Amino acid sequence: MVRCFLIHTVCGLTALGPGDSRVLYSRVFGPEQPEHNQNQELSPEELRLLLKERLVVVARQVRSAVSLSRDASGRELVEVVPGEEGLALQEADIGVVRLRAGQPFSGETSALWLSILNLGFTLVCDPNDNLLLAEGTLRTLARLCVEHLHMLGQGSEVLLKSNRIDFLLSRLLPHGQLLFLNHKFAQSLEKEVALYMTK
Amino acid sequence: ILNLVTLTCCFMLRDIQESELQKFYSRLLKLLQGKDLGHEAVDSLQRLHLILSQVTTLSKKLVDWLRYASITQAASPGGFFSGSRSRQPCPIAELDGTVSGDFFTVLCVGQGFTEDQWMNVHSFSILRNWLLTYHSCNFSVADDRSVDGSVISIVSATSSSSRVLPPKERLREKSFQYCQRLIEQSDRKAQKKADSDLQKACLVEAVCILDTLCLEDCSLVYRAFPCIKALYGRLSSDLSHARVLLPVAQFYLNHGEMAAVDCECMWQLVFSRFKLFNDPLLAHEFLRFVRQNIQNLPVKVPQYTRSFPNLLKFLAWDSPAMIDDFVDLLPSMVTTGTALELLHTLLDLPCLSATLVLQQRYQDLHCQYSALDAFRNPTFRGFFLFLLRNEADTIDRLSVLHELLIESADWPRVVQCAQTVPVLLHIFFNTVLKVADEKLLAQLILVQLERSSLLLKVPNYMNEIHRVFSYHLLKLCKLHPSLVVDQSHELLDFAGTTSNVYNKEELYTHVVWVLGEYLSLSCDSRCSVRHITSCFEALEAVLFEITSSAPPPGGMCPNPRVITTLMSALAKLASRSHDLIPRVSLFLSKLRTVSRSGSVAWCSDDDDLVAIVTRGEELWSLLKTPGVAQSVLTPPPHVTKPQWHKDSNVAMPLRLQTLTSLMQPQ
Repeated sequence: MVRCFLIHTVCGLTALGPGDSRVLYSRVFGPEQPEHNQNQELSPEELRLLLKERLVVVARQVRSAVSLSRDASGRELVEVVPGEEGLALQEADIGVVRLRAGQPFSGETSALWLSILNLGFTLVCDPNDNLLLAEGTLRTLARLCVEHLHMLGQGSEVLLKSNRIDFLLSRLLPHGQLLFLNHKFAQSLEKEVALYMTK
Repeated sequence: ILNLVTLTCCFMLRDIQESELQKFYSRLLKLLQGKDLGHEAVDSLQRLHLILSQVTTLSKKLVDWLRYASITQAASPGGFFSGSRSRQPCPIAELDGTVSGDFFTVLCVGQGFTEDQWMNVHSFSILRNWLLTYHSCNFSVADDRSVDGSVISIVSATSSSSRVLPPKERLREKSFQYCQRLIEQSDRKAQKKADSDLQKACLVEAVCILDTLCLEDCSLVYRAFPCIKALYGRLSSDLSHARVLLPVAQFYLNHGEMAAVDCECMWQLVFSRFKLFNDPLLAHEFLRFVRQNIQNLPVKVPQYTRSFPNLLKFLAWDSPAMIDDFVDLLPSMVTTGTALELLHTLLDLPCLSATLVLQQRYQDLHCQYSALDAFRNPTFRGFFLFLLRNEADTIDRLSVLHELLIESADWPRVVQCAQTVPVLLHIFFNTVLKVADEKLLAQLILVQLERSSLLLKVPNYMNEIHRVFSYHLLKLCKLHPSLVVDQSHELLDFAGTTSNVYNKEELYTHVVWVLGEYLSLSCDSRCSVRHITSCFEALEAVLFEITSSAPPPGGMCPNPRVITTLMSALAKLASRSHDLIPRVSLFLSKLRTVSRSGSVAWCSDDDDLVAIVTRGEELWSLLKTPGVAQSVLTPPPHVTKPQWHKDSNVAMPLRLQTLTSLMQPQ
């Protein structure tokens, strides 16, 4: 089962400290309770902060991984001309970060990331998850997000229309379960998604 | 259990909303963590029981969905020209377009899908998790072994097999068939790229499920192996399927012995021919595979310990992402047979990184790297082939290679790689201490001395490596002091070279300290006056040279720490051979006279000079009474490592004294 899905920034923002990342969207699957709270009662507010902090930890790790891999490959980032998002998607970098047990999830997990320009899409997977399938799912999710929310342009639709991403996830990643969808199944789901987006 | 609940709910997608499930989880967890289980907790547990009682039922359902989904396409919704002919249900198709002749799987396509075909997709998606979770915990919620009497089951049971199995075995059997069919279907040429990717993912999943099933029921191994072997035969020549080969390798590792299958070529392929270091996901999965089997691999796979040059390519290419895995893996690669070469390979890791970059750019004619010309030049081909080797080997003339690669010192990939080497060296030395004998340790010291100047000139790389070397040289000699007498010749060569004072001050200081400390009769009975005298003379010459002249043009003044260490080492040696005392005293007194006259050329800072002179005066006055000097500068072991608490004569009075002082407070 996938632990969580994140959309976050992977470039330096003036408003953030160095190495920081802003989480634009997050969705946690499975029980939300942190597994390692030692007998202490957490108030809902404390719990919320704890969970948020965890996601920020993942986002920051991914951000570092992305910038190190960009440094190493030495490729320049190119601005995307509106209408050429497809090209940017094709050139997206993909990678994976090993998250050791307790950093920040209870068991060992793998954070699979895909970066397009200054955006990072991250799926945190359990060791039993099929990473080939997760890779395909992540690419599809990123493509649909970029297409339907115009994420590469100016604007803040990702923050305002998070219900669209919710819907997308409920179809492509129900309860955090990766699905084996061939192109026909995927097509019929995408039709459903497109219908929702135009609503 | 919560995992199982989620899985159960994946099925009831339309029945249970995710938000509701989330609330249920949180409440349940909170209630169970509470001290007293009240009314509410009981209520929640009853609900959980209700969900779990679905588990066995669902297990039976899974079989139906997996194996007996309809094999005709759903009518495409509302086509304008749909005449009476198209109402005839069309059979489903395979990915290559041919009509499917067997049961429905996720690799079947049609114009539209029926409800049970959707359930087939969901069932297969959760199958592996389901098997792992459900079969690992034994539920007594419902009678697991009761034979299902539903209509579908009776029909299916009679149609496929003559006997009816209990649900658990039946699910196993049907899963097995499903996976076999998937492996078969993956051989078909898919028309879409997305589908050929899905085929790979399905292969991975199918092999993993077969592995799980065989672990549960070993009688399945013999049935599964022909299929797995055929798959291996199909994929082994095509490295684009490398990621699929990993679960196959895992299957071979888990069951190869039992089925008496020859795994040799499999390991040859995985450990020597996997060169796709630039695929980050393959690298991650491959290293995870190695990590998960770290207990078995060195035993079952003889190639493993010799394959480190190939494994280290992953690290050299993408150090920041891989370092974490290698922190875990490196200890398993250190054996007495490989230690020396592994050390050399680690030190040359930045060179490997640079060579991998060159290999990638080999075809790129616009690339401006001059090192690329060297890479293309047949004269130097041997160097690069050596770095790119897959199995253990050796090379000389490293300095030429470093010259060729000098340009790469500021490539980001090489710099990143160089930054990880010190971490790995620490792990290497810590491990090697546990496995090595004295002979190997002596060789390691030689390698440290030799390689301290033979390194790629990445900024700061040399200093970092020297720091690691110094730390471990000290540790090594502390554990095995006789090594110093053993290797005194080489250590002296190093310590007697004046240029080392300036460009390897960290390592130089430690070598001098080690010589002064451990070149003594109390550490090794072979240590003779001749040893001590020759060492004394070599160090004296260096100290004299650096304190009598200005530093070489453009160079820095020698580090004051080097000077004081040299002085202390000389005093220590002199205290062991009293004939030498006048020579040290003479030097120290000269030093005082020189410094009185003001500044000197070899020390720019006045405070440093004062500190050096003070140390000199201390040693001088100490050496005036040779007996005291010896007990201070070379204290006998019972002083440095007191063990009074172990001595029965001394310990009892001590204990009594302590007790008395506790009971009779003043």
